[in-house]
Amino acid sequence: MKYQDEFRDRALVETMAANIASMAERLAEPVRFMEVCGTHTMAIYQYGIKSLLPENVSLVSGPGCPVCVTPVGYVDQAVAYSKDPEIIVATFGDMLRVPGSESSLMEERAKGADIRIVYSPLDAVSLAAANPGRKVVFLGVGFETTAPGIAASILKAEQLTLSNYYVLAAHKTMPVPMEVLTSDPELKIRGYLCPAHVSTVIGGAAYQPLADRHRIPCVVTGFEPADVMQGIEMLLRQTLRNEHRVEIQYSRAVNWEGNPRALEVLYRVFEPSDAVWRGLGNLPGSGLAIGQAYGRFDAKRMLPVDLPPPREHTGCACGDILKGKISPFDCPLFATACTPETPVGACMVSSEGTCAAAFKYGR
Amino acid sequence: MCLGVPMRIVSRDGDDIVAEVDGVQKEANIMLLGEDVNVGDYVIVHAGFAISRLDEEYAEETIRLMKEVFSAEDMQ
Repeated sequence: MKYQDEFRDRALVETMAANIASMAERLAEPVRFMEVCGTHTMAIYQYGIKSLLPENVSLVSGPGCPVCVTPVGYVDQAVAYSKDPEIIVATFGDMLRVPGSESSLMEERAKGADIRIVYSPLDAVSLAAANPGRKVVFLGVGFETTAPGIAASILKAEQLTLSNYYVLAAHKTMPVPMEVLTSDPELKIRGYLCPAHVSTVIGGAAYQPLADRHRIPCVVTGFEPADVMQGIEMLLRQTLRNEHRVEIQYSRAVNWEGNPRALEVLYRVFEPSDAVWRGLGNLPGSGLAIGQAYGRFDAKRMLPVDLPPPREHTGCACGDILKGKISPFDCPLFATACTPETPVGACMVSSEGTCAAAFKYGR
Repeated sequence: MCLGVPMRIVSRDGDDIVAEVDGVQKEANIMLLGEDVNVGDYVIVHAGFAISRLDEEYAEETIRLMKEVFSAEDMQ
């Protein structure tokens, strides 16, 4: 497949590994880089990238899986909606098995709740148009990659003059948690493999303040194994030259400014808000909420529910795993009480989750 | 959810396209793309929307750089 096979070339990747090893010999101290994108995490495990790196260059996974960083309280609210016979819950498939305090959407669906898996947010709008007597609540999670499409679905619902389409928005935006993690002295992150597809929307420029403020190298990196290796090479080169720039490795899809059309649609509907990240807590300005002008499509405003405080499973280490403080293998529940079939925490649910990737490829 | 993949456009009707990867066809919408695309172009499709067009020249440039041996400064 074009744009895939050439970036999976084994000989190329091995040559790059040799380059990285020679460069790493010149490092004064070991370095640790963080990838902040679930698809990177998956690729790194799938292609055994860590085994290709010298001992003094390590990779750690950050909060890059949107399902994983979604707090338990959000799942509880979705579960509450699913119990209302007036409501159809529409969602991307990977939210289904995420455990809430008491139940998951999967369990509710088994009990008869009307929960539909959609591929595109526009499918959820069609669902609302086809079911005028019921309310459709779409679970809007994800980063800046997904948010423009969900904004577009709200514009579509407006165009169709639908009054039964709602979005339960819990969007997160990227640079803020990276700032928080960079400031954590325990983590000692020395460079970022910045997310690929989030950056198609926000552009390389979005990381410039982070790179400037924290003097940390940032490389927007693609998802194929040769991309990841090149991203690591570029971070190492900056480290050796004592630079802290934003570079774009994934130049075939990402530019400096991002996608202005997608950003325009996104900010027509959403506005920056505080957001709660699993593992990181409430981070000011790290999320997106539906603005006043489109408030009638906002499930939080229009369909409020009273919920008991959310409860996380005791022993689940998702929070520390999302911060890169521990690896899945350090969690006592990993591959015993917590498996992809019976996940305890969200990191084991989504295929992009660190624990799911470690379970599938890393053992 | 975030598995945006490069897909080749096989047909287009207004803002709606059909794109293909590995023989699998998917419908997608191009209203979020800031540039015009046509049949034969590659786009990244994410959750039903094309969010970026793949630039062939940059793809080739990336491969060329990957194959390039590092400069003497980095290898000393």
